[in-house]
Amino acid sequence: MNFSTLATESCHLVPSGCGFPAPSADIFFLKPYATFSLFGINFEVNKTVILVTMVAIIVIGFFMAAFRAPKIVPGKLQSIGEQAYLFIRDQIAREVIGSDGDRFVPFLASLFFFVWIANLMGVIPGAQFPVMSSLAFPVSLTLMVYVTYVVIGMKSQGPIKFFTNAAFPPGVPKVMYVLLTPLELLGLLVTRPVTQAIRLFANMFAGHLLITTFTVGAWYLFSPSVIGALGSVTSFGVTVVLTGFEMFIQGLQAFIFTLLTAVYIGGSLHAEH
Amino acid sequence: MSILAEVTGSLGSIGYGLAAIGPGIGIGIIFGQGVQAIARQPEAYGVIRQNMILGFALAEALALIGFVVPFVFGK
Repeated sequence: MNFSTLATESCHLVPSGCGFPAPSADIFFLKPYATFSLFGINFEVNKTVILVTMVAIIVIGFFMAAFRAPKIVPGKLQSIGEQAYLFIRDQIAREVIGSDGDRFVPFLASLFFFVWIANLMGVIPGAQFPVMSSLAFPVSLTLMVYVTYVVIGMKSQGPIKFFTNAAFPPGVPKVMYVLLTPLELLGLLVTRPVTQAIRLFANMFAGHLLITTFTVGAWYLFSPSVIGALGSVTSFGVTVVLTGFEMFIQGLQAFIFTLLTAVYIGGSLHAEH
Repeated sequence: MSILAEVTGSLGSIGYGLAAIGPGIGIGIIFGQGVQAIARQPEAYGVIRQNMILGFALAEALALIGFVVPFVFGK
């Protein structure tokens, strides 16, 4: 349903008595501003595309500006950039992979900040659409992570040994391999990327839907009457609380995405022994 | 054959409610054991918190898949 028509229809509970216009999955399909066709594929430029371009420019621009002319005694922007990079290196890469994970820290830092700022677009007024609630974006990021950990596993353990090491974990009685091997292979090749993408998508989808429901509820109950004052104010208060909670979840999901990427890369580099 | 029993209405809500039982118990166990571990050895707080957050995210994913599936496959 289109929210510009919601505002003009003025469907409130008290005067009109119409039903609650609950937001559904339709609110995630945005109107395109421009369409064009390339090689037979139709492309649309809508708010999601503009937001994700802005997120990329912000992240790239911040890190380029922070590390443009690095000095031994860092200035303010360089300090913040260094703190950000060291957070990823110490808390995620070194904890999970060890010190030979240092060459993956740029990849992990890019993932973390891209996912976090893209999530943050869900609460910034004006934008208010978490980019990662469109399934395409988590899927693209997960595809990058998937190709990375499979190729690195094949390079560092050997192309066949990578799959046999994962399929036959040591220290298990031989009879259990009948049950364990298909589950392990399925977990390595299917469950990991699917759950990683869906976890990020579902968290952002659910959060956006919740905040939208309470915002629409505040508008729907808004009227000069007792139920209007109580209901609308309470609904708006819950919206504020949920926005705060959503900001925490956004940072947490970005951290989890990056942490799991580091875990998968570490599992590819060092075989389970 | 006539229908003997039927559930109508918002099946998605029932589905989500059922899907939230398991992860609710799981997350409770994770954080309960995590807090106990911190109480037994407060120096290991960083390591324990890392693993708690990892376990929480993996368990929460299932509840959220249950929330999203009715929108994707429902009418």
